[in-house]
Amino acid sequence: MSKIVLSLERCKGCHLCVSVCPTKALTPSGELGEKGYETVRVDEEKCVQCGSCYRMCPDYVIEIL
Amino acid sequence: MKCSVPNGVNTSAHIGWCPGCGHGIIARLVAEAAQALGIEDRIIMVEDVACGEFAQNVLQFNSIGAAHGRPIITAAGAKRVRPDAIVIAHPGDGSAYSIGMESTIHCALRNENILALVVNNSVFGMTGGQMSPTSLPNMKTTSSPHGRDVTKNGNIFDAMKVLSQLDIAYLARGSVESPAQVIKTGKMIQKALEKQMNNEGFCLVEVLSPCPTNWNLTPQEALEFMKEQEKYFQLGEFVDKGGK
Repeated sequence: MSKIVLSLERCKGCHLCVSVCPTKALTPSGELGEKGYETVRVDEEKCVQCGSCYRMCPDYVIEIL
Repeated sequence: MKCSVPNGVNTSAHIGWCPGCGHGIIARLVAEAAQALGIEDRIIMVEDVACGEFAQNVLQFNSIGAAHGRPIITAAGAKRVRPDAIVIAHPGDGSAYSIGMESTIHCALRNENILALVVNNSVFGMTGGQMSPTSLPNMKTTSSPHGRDVTKNGNIFDAMKVLSQLDIAYLARGSVESPAQVIKTGKMIQKALEKQMNNEGFCLVEVLSPCPTNWNLTPQEALEFMKEQEKYFQLGEFVDKGGK
């Protein structure tokens, strides 16, 4: 079973992944990451591993392994 | 579906682009195409003095920093002296269609065997969001604060209308507005690289990209604005010629 992995130290808080997620599994986390931007959190129950977030992330935060 | 960042991308490097910029996605598409074709050691990226040059940090390929507006002509020179290399010029719209317009047109006329990967964000990004030839009518930029007036500033430049009349190998326009468009754009870049490997001639792939910082929009609003951009810039393949 594949699994979504977030490298949040690179996240710049653009939330493009949140706007393209078809199941709303990704949401803003309300917490600041290392760079001082608001990161995202993933609800693994809702995630269907479609890869939309990986394709839209400009900072290579999201991988599905 | 398994998705992992391609080998050509150095994720530990400083990724210098603004939040929500499309350049990061486009750099990853280049690395994915190179990995799929197994040509990572042969690529020479020719970067412009613009936002695109941050790709030098991110992509672990050989690269040249060209003078501003001259990446396409520099790439043509690199290809002539290193015919085995796969040469990719990486200008923005201001560079390819304004400052470096003559090198774009003349390289296409000479059918130089390179890929010009033009990132079109409708403004001069790094210099502070000035109006470029591809700024939309009535679009507010720092050098057109009341909106672009086509009667004063001229009409927008659509490279596909001009270059599709020339005898070149491949001409296409993609976008990074949605995951589906990102996949299509990745296929266009891979196809263009394959054509270069077969020595077919000049390939130009233009990619519409958001610039939230200079459009004064949030990244989400910038994706919405890209739908407006797509009304003026039709997506698709315009020239696709077979082998020489």
